[in-house]
Amino acid sequence: MPVGRKLFFITLAIVALAVLDQLFERGFGDLRINPYYARIVSLAGINITLAVSLTLINGLAGQFSIGHAGFMAVGGYAGTYLTVYHGAAIASFLGGTPLEGPGSVLVMIASLAVAACAAGLAGLVVGIPSLRLRGDYLAIVTLGFGEIIRVIILNIPAVGGATGFTAALPITSFFWIFGVALLTIVVVRNIATSTFGRALGAIRTDEIAAEAMGIQTTRYKVVAFVISSALAGMAGALWGQLFANPLNPQNLNFVKSIEVIIMIVLGGLGSITGAVLGATTLTVLPEALRTFDQQFPGLRMVLYALLLILLMIYRPQGIMGRRELSFAWLRRSTRDDGPAAPAAGAGKDAADG
Amino acid sequence: MAEAARAYLLDVRNVSKRFGGLTAVRNVSLQVPAGTVYGLIGPNGAGKTTVFNLLTGVYAPTDGQILFDGTPIHGRRPHQIARYGITRTFQNIRLFSDMTVLENVMTAHHLRTAQNIFDAIVGTGRSHREEREMRERAMHLLSIFGLAGLADEPATSLPYGSQRRLEIARALATRPRLLLLDEPAAGMNPQEAVGLMDTIRWIRDEFSLTVLLVEHNMKVVMGICETIQVIDHGESIATGTPAEIQSNPRVIEAYLGAC
Repeated sequence: MPVGRKLFFITLAIVALAVLDQLFERGFGDLRINPYYARIVSLAGINITLAVSLTLINGLAGQFSIGHAGFMAVGGYAGTYLTVYHGAAIASFLGGTPLEGPGSVLVMIASLAVAACAAGLAGLVVGIPSLRLRGDYLAIVTLGFGEIIRVIILNIPAVGGATGFTAALPITSFFWIFGVALLTIVVVRNIATSTFGRALGAIRTDEIAAEAMGIQTTRYKVVAFVISSALAGMAGALWGQLFANPLNPQNLNFVKSIEVIIMIVLGGLGSITGAVLGATTLTVLPEALRTFDQQFPGLRMVLYALLLILLMIYRPQGIMGRRELSFAWLRRSTRDDGPAAPAAGAGKDAADG
Repeated sequence: MAEAARAYLLDVRNVSKRFGGLTAVRNVSLQVPAGTVYGLIGPNGAGKTTVFNLLTGVYAPTDGQILFDGTPIHGRRPHQIARYGITRTFQNIRLFSDMTVLENVMTAHHLRTAQNIFDAIVGTGRSHREEREMRERAMHLLSIFGLAGLADEPATSLPYGSQRRLEIARALATRPRLLLLDEPAAGMNPQEAVGLMDTIRWIRDEFSLTVLLVEHNMKVVMGICETIQVIDHGESIATGTPAEIQSNPRVIEAYLGAC
């Protein structure tokens, strides 16, 4: 895509997000979004970032990380710490406070950047030793890492310890949540469709053959892991600074990591579209099932589990499989003679050899 | 003799590989002149595949040296060796199973790209240009092997013989100077094997390659190799032209057992 068109799309996305953000915050005329629904939409956006970023490492590179919540916690606490302790100073560069005025934009960007760097660095430290090896080491190391981070946070009074980071400022908004989600989707998609995506695919299917074809398997696994962690860190910063949402280490334990894994498996492991669908479904579904709560308390989680089991029995490859919803795919599926066209050239090509 | 030493593209000097108490390869030397088709044969378990694994960096030799075009490559990682210009095919085909035929070849082109991951994320001109070049080169290689019409088919849906040819196409995509073929004719019928011999000769000339192959099909080995080396119990027992090898008593003994 030429630079001009790229800038056009970026501007378009920012304008669209800003308009939606205003509608989301202020409503349209007398119509206002129910705060409960608004919260579900916000959480869905953050979960999309988490799921799509995990797709990079679990889906594309075929490694099994079960510590995504750990990187989310590192990013969340680092980003929130910056806002709480240095937010006012950062905001004063452009004027305003962390919550209002042009300075608030700078605070959010700084918070997200610090979150991404901190989580990315944690990803590097965890990834280098564990990704040198093949097999399940990464799963064990990331599981342990998630718990270590949780225990460390519990013991830092500056960030609230066990009571949670209640000093956090609610600077997260619709704009930033979906801006980061969009950024994550674009980054992961561009990697997936590039030569690096194929290199990761090669690592996933056959590491020995990938090495023999000159692919630096350890390096690419680490790079994918660092990018994935950094994006999860940004999701953590958004999550930690969501309105009325004190960061609490208990909410960022391995159950959260497993939840993200369920999202991408449900959506179709390796598919970005699937990750988006899975994240949305798993955010909305438990809430939608609350309608049963009054008559049959507790039935909600039973139904939730049952739906997941049924889906895995009847569609083990997930909603999307490895497919993506793209223009090329829509074109192919609406045209019947698609695959026949290239096959016609077979005879001619064979004659050349 | 300095001239002659330089002429060897691959120079393996007294290489041994021990796994604990087992010596899989003992003191093997191997001199492959540039531009030849060199055959490595021996009974099952003789250590041929271990030699391949030593050459491609899967194992590091316990003793000895491996020089590729004068550069020592023993102890290097497989991806570094691929960068030097040595690529291989596998005895039990190792295609990237959930990719298409075209993607398999494009993946192997990755080694020769200049872009970094930020080019890919941002979608720079360089990444788009290289993507186009990779696709064109891959299609060209596929058409050489008569696979262009199947470019978008899943690699594993191809018949066995075609998968073997695809593996060679993929190996060529890394632009090697030395191509190692591990039993390329395994599982092929006699006609396919004859076709393979023609293909190997043709790619050797077309890509100015040197080919080192391990093969059990004697018709293929005798038909295309200029030099043959025989390994038995991890030791080199004979080197020579096909005619010399066929009449060498030690080789006959290794294959038929002591009389």
